[in-house]
This record gives sequence, structure tokens and C-alpha cells, in this order.
Amino acid sequence: MEDVSRDISGEIISVLESVIDKPLDATSEKDLVSDLGMDSIALMNFSMALEDHFDVSIPLDRMAEVETLGDLSDTIENLLRKGK
Amino acid sequence: MSLFSKFDGLRAAHAKLTAAGADPFSVVFEDIVSATEGILHGQRTVLLGTNNYLGLTFDEAGKQASMEAVARHGTGTTGSRIANGSYDGHARLEAELAAFFGRRHGMVFSTGYQANLGILSTLAGKHDHLVIDSDSHASIYDGARLGHAPVVRFRHNDPKDLEKRLARLADEPGEKIIVVEGIYSMLGDSAPLAEICELKRRYGAYLIVDEAHSMGVLGENGRGLAEELGVENDVDFVIGTFSKSLGSVGGFCVSSLEGFETLRIACRPYMFTASLPPAIIASTSRALTIVGEQPELRARLRGNAERLYHGLSAAGFVVGPECSPIVSVIIRDVDKAVAFWNMLLERGLYVNLALPPATPSAAAFLRGSVSASHSEEQIAFAVDVMSEVGRELGLLPSKVTELSARRRDAKDAKEPARPRAAGAGAATA
Ligand SMILES: Cc1ncc(COP(=O)(O)O)c(C=O)c1O
Repeated sequence: MEDVSRDISGEIISVLESVIDKPLDATSEKDLVSDLGMDSIALMNFSMALEDHFDVSIPLDRMAEVETLGDLSDTIENLLRKGK
Repeated sequence: MSLFSKFDGLRAAHAKLTAAGADPFSVVFEDIVSATEGILHGQRTVLLGTNNYLGLTFDEAGKQASMEAVARHGTGTTGSRIANGSYDGHARLEAELAAFFGRRHGMVFSTGYQANLGILSTLAGKHDHLVIDSDSHASIYDGARLGHAPVVRFRHNDPKDLEKRLARLADEPGEKIIVVEGIYSMLGDSAPLAEICELKRRYGAYLIVDEAHSMGVLGENGRGLAEELGVENDVDFVIGTFSKSLGSVGGFCVSSLEGFETLRIACRPYMFTASLPPAIIASTSRALTIVGEQPELRARLRGNAERLYHGLSAAGFVVGPECSPIVSVIIRDVDKAVAFWNMLLERGLYVNLALPPATPSAAAFLRGSVSASHSEEQIAFAVDVMSEVGRELGLLPSKVTELSARRRDAKDAKEPARPRAAGAGAATA
């Protein structure tokens, strides 16, 4: 069974905080580029940190569709479910 | 909202760049007089950013072969290989490339960019997986995106990270294709190919190596990094370009895998674009012979690379992690890098300015590429003028006091163009 209690969004935010090294006012609607000011390098570092944390590889086309933290959380959840 | 409003951010960044001086994206040389010199704003300028590794753009035999080809076969093919037919020269060059690399098959493309576009997008089908280095050239990213396979990237030159990616894919159906470069174009560092080959074998993946910057440069016979490291048998496809050490334009892929020839009727960036003109084929063929027959060019190139790399490093600059013909100075402050590039141009030295996000970090690079044709004087001139500008911009420790520096700056402002470059250039003209 899928571990429904896992707080993927929360884990994403804590990874993000460790990557940019400061606490964030991050909610799932936040847009990674326009709200959180991430450029392509920051996004790459962030996604690689997430890949390590969740032990998944996020294909580039999936990452390209991600706009908000919520999208990211859905994508990772999908990948984790597929891996089961 | 207008059609172009999505580029507002890009336009603003570009405007800031041009406001700081010349526009690095639209430098126009009035003339190119040799493999290492051009004329810019009436001034002789040393070219240290052209990827002309062996200096073959001005090789006499190559120029002659091109001129004869134009005279005999005309200026262009006016169509693709499948529509208009191949010329004898296309097929011959493919055979020569295959023989050069000791492979069974060769395919020529109209540019190296299209070679990556074509091979990556065609080889990797919907159910396969592409695993690429994160610092890959744009043509690798674009080729990966053009195809239908999922693409994952691993941390630059990091076999451990590559292994994680391969392990995650181990139970997935479909083929896994790893793509790396011989020498990476921005910092001049080379791939840990032996480790990558070992992973490729362990996980049953295919391996493509883009030797764009390492062909003609590395290996006893100039076959690139795979030859240098003795791992050619593990490389399934070599991709390369004619636009660097071979001094013309075009791209290729060679392989010994059975089935390779099918790509000719499946690979759209090969099928639906005009083939290379006869003059290009002729000089490229000639250049390929020179790469094999004149290892002394590689030795001279290596000497020049070492002089520049160690010269800049001794002057106190932060340079790339290893010595290669691509020598990049890393500058954290992007505005200073732009000023640096402009000052070099005013003093007669042309290098490439690489700004984030084209660089793999938040820093800017002043990217030099060395040629076997550079004279020792030209390399010394480059080190001197870069050190001088580095001191003036406060990037290197200055020996002069603040006050005298300011006085000199004021004087320079009145006479921006200096005769030094002309001197260095004239020595080799
Ligand atoms: C690694 C790499 N691959 C491919 C290319 C594209 O080559 P071409 O200039 O022939 O399109 C380049 C150079 O621009 C490159 O650096």
C-alpha cells in the first residue's frame, strides 16, 4: 500500500530550504520562478536535491511542466507510486 | 501582451549588456586574415575564441581542394541526400570518417548540431531512456527533447550520480542510452570516460560520446578522448563536428553497430535538410588526412594550451579544473566579466564571453580557445593583456597604489585603443 501519510509537500519545502539556505514562506500555490525567483541553475540544483532525497529521477519533460510547488509534489508522488 | 512580450526579461538583460559596451552576440569582424587574427574596428585582433584547434581554416591544401571542388562541382547541392542524391564526395567522406575511427559506418550531417539532433532523437524511441550529463551542449539537450524518450540528467562528470540514475532505470523496459562529451565546451574539462564505460557495461546501456572539442585534439591519432583513455570499444557512437579542428562546417556520427544504416531513412535532421556543398566536403576530407598525418599539430596545440592555462593560473586567475585547449577564466561578478571582455576587445584580444545561464553556475566565464597556429608571442600577449585588465578591474592583486591606478585609468580613457595588439599581431602576419 502507498504510504498516504507521507508529507511530500513538506519534505519538498525542507529540501528547498536546505538548497537556498533560508527559511521560506512556501505554500503549494507558489510559482517556482515568479514567486520564489528560481533561475534555471537554481531549479536544476533544487531538482537534483529532490531526486537524491526521494531517490527518483525526474525526467526533463516532466520537470518542464512544473510551475508550482504543488505541481512538483504531484509529479514526485506519481513517480514514487510508479516505482512501487 | 504581444507576441514578443515573453522575451521581455531576455531583452532587458541584453540591453544591459549592450549598454556596457560592445554586444558580444553581434561582433562583426571586418576581415579575418589568418586562423588567429581578424580585423575589428580597424584594429588587428588576436582571435582566442574560435575553436580552430589545429588552425586548418587557412591550410593551403584545404583551400585549394575547396576551390577545385567549386570549380568542378559548383557552389551547392541545392537539396537533401535523399531527394537530390549524394555526391561521390559525401559517400567518400563518410567512408573516410568510418576508417579514421576504425568503425564500420559513418553518416555526415550538415552541422554538428544536427548530428546530435538527429542521432539522439532517432535512436531513443518512446520506450527507451536517455541519460545525459547536466553540462551537455545545447544540441544534446535539443536532440534529447526532439525525440520521444524520457530524458534524465546526471550531475556533471559524476559517475556516482550516473550510477544512481542507471540503477533506478534497471527494471524499466527499453534501452538506456548515455550521452557524454569528450571535452566540455565551457570549462575544457573532460569526461571520466573509463568509469562511465564501466557503468555502461554493468548496466547494459549504450554510450554516445560527442567528441566535438576532443577530435583532432586528444589521442595519439586524434580520435579524441576515447582513444586517449583506450576505451574506444565501449563507445557505441562517436558524434563530432567539422567546425572545430577540421576547420569547416558539418557534423558526423560513426558506429560499428549493425542496423546503423537504417538511420538514413529514419533520421529526419539527416533526411530533410540540404547536404553539405562540395567545397566543404573537399576541405574537410583534406583536414581529416592532416589530423591523422600531422601529430605535431597536436603537440603544438598542447604546448600553447599549457602556456595559456598555466600563464593565467600563475597570474592569479581562477581557471577550469584541467588544462585543455579550452581555457576559461571564471569570474563571479558578471558585470566585471562584461567589462573585462570589452576591455580585452579594445586592446585587441577576442575571447568568448559566457554568461549564466549558458554557464553551468552563477559565474561568468571568459572562454579562450587555443590553436596550434597561435604563436608563442600571441599566447604571451593574451596572458599579459588579461593580467593587465584583471589588475585594473581589481580581480588580481594590484601592485600600483590606488592613486596612480586612478591616474592611469584617466589617461586610458582618453586613448582607449592601444598599439600593443597591433604589435603582437604584426609579429605573426
Ligand atoms: C559539444 C558540442 N557538440 C556539438 C556542437 C555543434 O557543432 P556545430 O557547430 O557543428 O553545429 C558543439 C559546438 O558548437 C559542441 O560544443
